[in-house]
Amino acid sequence: MKKKKVTRFSSPLYFFNFLCLVCLFGAPAAGAQIQAPSVYAITHAKIFTLAGSPIADGTLVIRDGKIAAVGAAVEVPAGAQIIDAKGLEVYPGLFDAVTQMGLSEIGAVGATVDATEAGSYNPDVVAASAISPSSEHLAVTRASGITEVLAVPASGGFDFGGSRGTLGGQASAIHLAGWTVEEMLIKKSAALVLNWPQIQTQTFDFSTFSRKEKPYSEAKQEYDKQVNELTDWIDRARHYAQAMDKGSVSKYDRDLKLEALASVVRGQLPVLVFANRARDIRSAVEFCDKQKLKMILAGGAEAYKVKDLLRSKDIPVILRPVLSSPPDEDDPYDRELTEPAELAAAGVKFAIASFDNSFARRLGQNAANAVAHGLSYDEALRAVTIHPAQIFGLGSQIGTLEQGKIANILVTNGDPLELTTEVKYLFIKGQLTSTENRHHQLYKKYAERPKAPN
Amino acid sequence: MRILFPVHAGRARIAFVLLLLLSAFCLAPSGDAATPPDAPAVILIQNATVMTVAHGTIEHGSILIKDGKIAEVGQTIKAPAGAQVIEASGQFVIPGIIDCHSHIAAEAINEGSVSVSSMVNMEEVLDPEDINIYRDLAGGVTSANILHGSANSIGGQTLVIKLRWGQPAAKLAFEGALPGIKFALGENPKRSNFSVPGQPRRYPATRMGVEETIRAAFSEARDYKKTWDDYRKRVAAGEKNLIAPRRDLKLEPLVEVLEGKRYVHSHCYREDEILMLLRLAKEFGFKVRTLQHVLEGYKVADELAAAGVGASTFSDWWAYKVEAYDAIPYNAALMTRRGVIVSINSDDAEEATHLNQEAAKSMKYGGLSHDEALKLVTLNPAMQLGIDKRVGSIEVGKDADLAIYNHDPLSAYAVVQKTLIDGRVYFDREKDIANRAEIEKEKKTLTDKLKKSEKKPEQKPEEKKPEQGPKPPAASPRPTAQAGARLGGAL
Repeated sequence: MKKKKVTRFSSPLYFFNFLCLVCLFGAPAAGAQIQAPSVYAITHAKIFTLAGSPIADGTLVIRDGKIAAVGAAVEVPAGAQIIDAKGLEVYPGLFDAVTQMGLSEIGAVGATVDATEAGSYNPDVVAASAISPSSEHLAVTRASGITEVLAVPASGGFDFGGSRGTLGGQASAIHLAGWTVEEMLIKKSAALVLNWPQIQTQTFDFSTFSRKEKPYSEAKQEYDKQVNELTDWIDRARHYAQAMDKGSVSKYDRDLKLEALASVVRGQLPVLVFANRARDIRSAVEFCDKQKLKMILAGGAEAYKVKDLLRSKDIPVILRPVLSSPPDEDDPYDRELTEPAELAAAGVKFAIASFDNSFARRLGQNAANAVAHGLSYDEALRAVTIHPAQIFGLGSQIGTLEQGKIANILVTNGDPLELTTEVKYLFIKGQLTSTENRHHQLYKKYAERPKAPN
Repeated sequence: MRILFPVHAGRARIAFVLLLLLSAFCLAPSGDAATPPDAPAVILIQNATVMTVAHGTIEHGSILIKDGKIAEVGQTIKAPAGAQVIEASGQFVIPGIIDCHSHIAAEAINEGSVSVSSMVNMEEVLDPEDINIYRDLAGGVTSANILHGSANSIGGQTLVIKLRWGQPAAKLAFEGALPGIKFALGENPKRSNFSVPGQPRRYPATRMGVEETIRAAFSEARDYKKTWDDYRKRVAAGEKNLIAPRRDLKLEPLVEVLEGKRYVHSHCYREDEILMLLRLAKEFGFKVRTLQHVLEGYKVADELAAAGVGASTFSDWWAYKVEAYDAIPYNAALMTRRGVIVSINSDDAEEATHLNQEAAKSMKYGGLSHDEALKLVTLNPAMQLGIDKRVGSIEVGKDADLAIYNHDPLSAYAVVQKTLIDGRVYFDREKDIANRAEIEKEKKTLTDKLKKSEKKPEQKPEEKKPEQGPKPPAASPRPTAQAGARLGGAL
């Protein structure tokens, strides 16, 4: 195609190119939802509501973003857009309970990462403030059937050698579609991140690229110092909350960090405690118990060692991917894989999460691997749908297919946890949502590349 | 969650008595210390679904193994007298998985101080006691390409091993497999993600410099080869009193590349740097054997096919750095469709434990057939490493390197039951599980012993918390080494 001399902006070709660009990289990223009918009926589907036994040949009606009806004998309302799902299966959309979604685009490029704030105590920073609705990760992730996630600050990604801090900020629960963060929000503040301090005798010094060791006593001292600092923060927050209640905090005394912590010490906002070792988990449980904080454990590589404690204190767990190396050399090779089954048997409530962005689409794979190692299939499905919803207080809004819930719905050609299953339709907030993304577009583009001359 | 940045550190040896004490036992999750399994003369695996990869799938099939080799494959094979029979009814047998990019079993990964580190050799730092050998075995892996890291344009020498857990380092090497050398292009060799403020940049710092670094090294190597060729010619002609040229350990492996005696495995991402290397190889008349990672390989798949270069890639990694932002999970399928021999590799000890699952993803992303997907982790990597006459498919005469699963291995629900190498059962899930109680007991005995001998008063208050001994919490040497490997090579 020869380019004629035309002014740049009046060229019809320019507009065409612009359209192509939009198609390639722009449009589907954020919104991906176009003006659409407000009533849908998914018919003749096998429906797994997760709130009762599966419906072999059922209908699910969506109206104004919510599930209006679901069952075997549900009538299709007049004017509804019908999706004939014969041979297909319907599930609640998957929920990835720890990600850096929207906070991190390219791990190695600091300019694209807003995952971890500087400093050790940032209870006032909120993930929702920095979520980029145009992040390509949202589109790629939802193509794997994930409809909502928790965007968690200070929870992962590479933090340029720095620590993730102790109080890392507030995690936000979001839908994976929306033109603005406001449209995406499910719950702006769902939990406060607490990275439990560790007794670190070995650290890696990135300035010299070498490992440094310190004696246990020294490492323990540093750990104690951090726990004391944390205790101090919580104590001050408690006093501050009391002052707030009495109305004695004037606008001049306002302390944003303590104000943010007030809802934590009041037990309104749970703390999402990142800890993997049994020793750390025990210390964290003891701490939260003493301070009367509502604790959710995240990570939990050795949660199985303290399962009775977790059960007795009713502390739920967001498990890191089971596709992780066991923490110790002499652990059984399948140590991580069998943990979900072990926690389920002990009655500990847990979700499975990716703890990542790029690997969020392995969420189903992780759940399936837990099934391969003893977890019941039902429990696995719950661990990536209703359990995370319940753990963050969203159980009445999402996580199952029940009347009145937000219509985040997945229509597949089979088991949503299996590697080869395809997502056929995706609804987020009751709107049919595109599963197109940059990966698929690059695929199509290069599949059509003419054969190269030799 | 994966960490991103290469760690140069070699593995520091353990300072803690407890770990030293325990280490002897860590070697043997299967209980009986570090002794390799027996080598029965004859084994019959029967009633299995046999996925030969080369010649389709045999339902209710059997495999007869004699002296470590596959002697017969078919539907009805009678067990010879004295044969050990493995009843595999309802199970699936595939050729042992071959990981074309691994950093397990190595004491160090990166010699990152220079831009050409061809003098170093992974064979010299093999660690037969790395627990990841066993863990990857438990994931059905039987052979692995042990690579140097990607900190330099031309990295260290590499080798292919079999995961013969319990054997000494000298017996890990895949006999007869051609050795290799690691090259690296793009962000890692130019150190774009590793600069330390205040320290000068190491040459090369751009992709231009990476090309020149490799070109300069091969120019030297070509001259060096000529010097030796001349010398040998004169010796052969009967000249006396000649002084041999001085040996150059950096250039010798590059001469082997020029002579086709050593494979080039090059880390790369972007389409332009891939073509750069192929041009450069043509300039000097050597072949690139495999492109590793090659995440933009799909953009230049025709060029790869024309050059006859193998592509070894990830299933679905992306976005961890700029050069991985155009990475798509369709890469393996797109390259396969254009005639490139493609494998899926791990670059990571944990990832290697489920390469079967990673291969399965190419059926969803790009529509490869079941057989094509399975080839990505069996026959194709075998071809890439030049060991396909020995392994990679279930055929008579090939090594009895096999993995037995309880479900179709291209499913997330499949679990490895047994892994065989050379007709020996190196991993047996049942035995592994049966031995766990014994290992726990041994561990406890040792820990108790150590606790008794501990006298440091400062640790007394911690005694109520059993694991608060002197053991480092999250940083036992192995996990660190893992991280190093993950990083070092990696990415």
